[in-house]
Amino acid sequence: MRYACLIYYDPRKLFGGSPEAQAALEQCEGYDETLKESGHFVAAEALELPEGSMTLTVRDGKMSAVDGPFMETRDMLGGIIVIEAADLNEAVRVAGGHPLAKIGAIEVRPVVDFSTPPPQF
Amino acid sequence: MAVTEAERALEAAYRTEKRRVLATLIRLLGGFDAAEEALHEAFAAAAQRWPREGVPQNPYAWLVSAGRFRTIDRWRRETRHAAALPDLLALAEPFDEPAMPEAIADDELRLIFTCCHPALPPDQRIALTLREVGGLTTEEIARAYFATPPTIAQRIVRAKARIRDEAIPYEVPGRADLVERLESVLRVIYLVFSEGYAATGGPALTRADLCAEAIRLARLVAELTGEAEARGLLALMLINEARRPSRTDAAGDLVLLEAQDRTLWNRAMIAEAGEMIGSAFARRGVGPYTLQAAIAAMHAEAPDFAGTDWQAIVSLYDVLLRVDPSPVAALNRAAAIGMRDGPQAGLAAVDAVAAGGGLEAYHLSHAARADFLRRLGRTVEARTAYRKALALVRQDAERRFLERRLSALEDQ
Repeated sequence: MRYACLIYYDPRKLFGGSPEAQAALEQCEGYDETLKESGHFVAAEALELPEGSMTLTVRDGKMSAVDGPFMETRDMLGGIIVIEAADLNEAVRVAGGHPLAKIGAIEVRPVVDFSTPPPQF
Repeated sequence: MAVTEAERALEAAYRTEKRRVLATLIRLLGGFDAAEEALHEAFAAAAQRWPREGVPQNPYAWLVSAGRFRTIDRWRRETRHAAALPDLLALAEPFDEPAMPEAIADDELRLIFTCCHPALPPDQRIALTLREVGGLTTEEIARAYFATPPTIAQRIVRAKARIRDEAIPYEVPGRADLVERLESVLRVIYLVFSEGYAATGGPALTRADLCAEAIRLARLVAELTGEAEARGLLALMLINEARRPSRTDAAGDLVLLEAQDRTLWNRAMIAEAGEMIGSAFARRGVGPYTLQAAIAAMHAEAPDFAGTDWQAIVSLYDVLLRVDPSPVAALNRAAAIGMRDGPQAGLAAVDAVAAGGGLEAYHLSHAARADFLRRLGRTVEARTAYRKALALVRQDAERRFLERRLSALEDQ
């Protein structure tokens, strides 16, 4: 199964220059390679700060695009890694090895399997 | 040609060796997470090298040493020599490839005892055992237990953290603790089986898998420890499993023992269980599981319902109640008395057990009462008892059965 690992962190902490943050950033560099070697890697991107992003909605055929979101909370989505793992516990173990798990938080979310019915509300 | 052969060998190794390789790697690397990572890397290495270099003669040994060497390699590269030093020292000892199959199975037994350690809460023991020993995925366990995958994942993460933090040893306990520790192992195995056997909802396939896995585990524990109660539990589960095809009809409705088609029962399983029970009685190694198995065998070996030896069944319940008293066993004994001596005696026995307490919320206590009242023609009281049972029942098939009985009485 595939799992998206959504990496959240506080940019002031990650880029604040503390020794742990420095170490985590250095370890991040080769981490894709580690995942490729172990066979878990599917895709990965680090994200720019949200100041550079736009949020758009289309309602009644009209598009509205605004800048942001602006940081209301301290943590922001900073990166996405998609991995292949046998089950949720393996995905959690793999995500737990990511250097940023020590600084921020990683949400492990199963990628939708379209052969199963959608959730009902 | 060579590629497909290697692929086939790899698939076969994944199916048959994965669990045992993991069990050995946990011992060699001293932890679940390191072992799981090593297992994954070992299979990744096999996928690269087997097509080129050929399939090794002993895939188990190849995978264990590949996993171990890759882990040493990774730990060295991760430049944390200082922190990893004790681990590396332990790893530097040469891995003695177990020549005897028993030695490999010993690792699986160690794993079962660790996963069922009494320091872990019962729901964690079950989830951990099914995933680490049974090889089920988190998602499969969640489906079988009607839980969400994160709930199960968390149980497994917490159980592993506890094993690490409390330094629970990876070993089969010594003689002094064996009986107590074995009880916890057998209870986990029986809970897994009961979950697969009793519940009627959910995907049928996963449910049957739970029963098959419980039987596999009981067989392993029985063979490796030689303990009588492990064999007793195996016998009990084999007899229940043998009768599974006749328990429900095509519509999924419950079929009572008296109406079951006995030609559907798996006679080979019943015979295997019967031998185990016989040898346990011959050696006087009779505990609660063996006694329950013996009772189940009395039913399974009877030619038909009318030919059941109710006297022997009542006597076995008498012994069971002395060894392991419980309100449910007492209720079953009362039901057997009703079969031996008639509904009046059965009703008196059920009422006597109910007066002892502990069964108010148990639907079968009210259902047993209702059945004897019905047979005695005390229709009004029988209806009341069926309604009480219906208020407490949780399984659909059982609910439908009680509803049919109640509506038959209301037509009168």
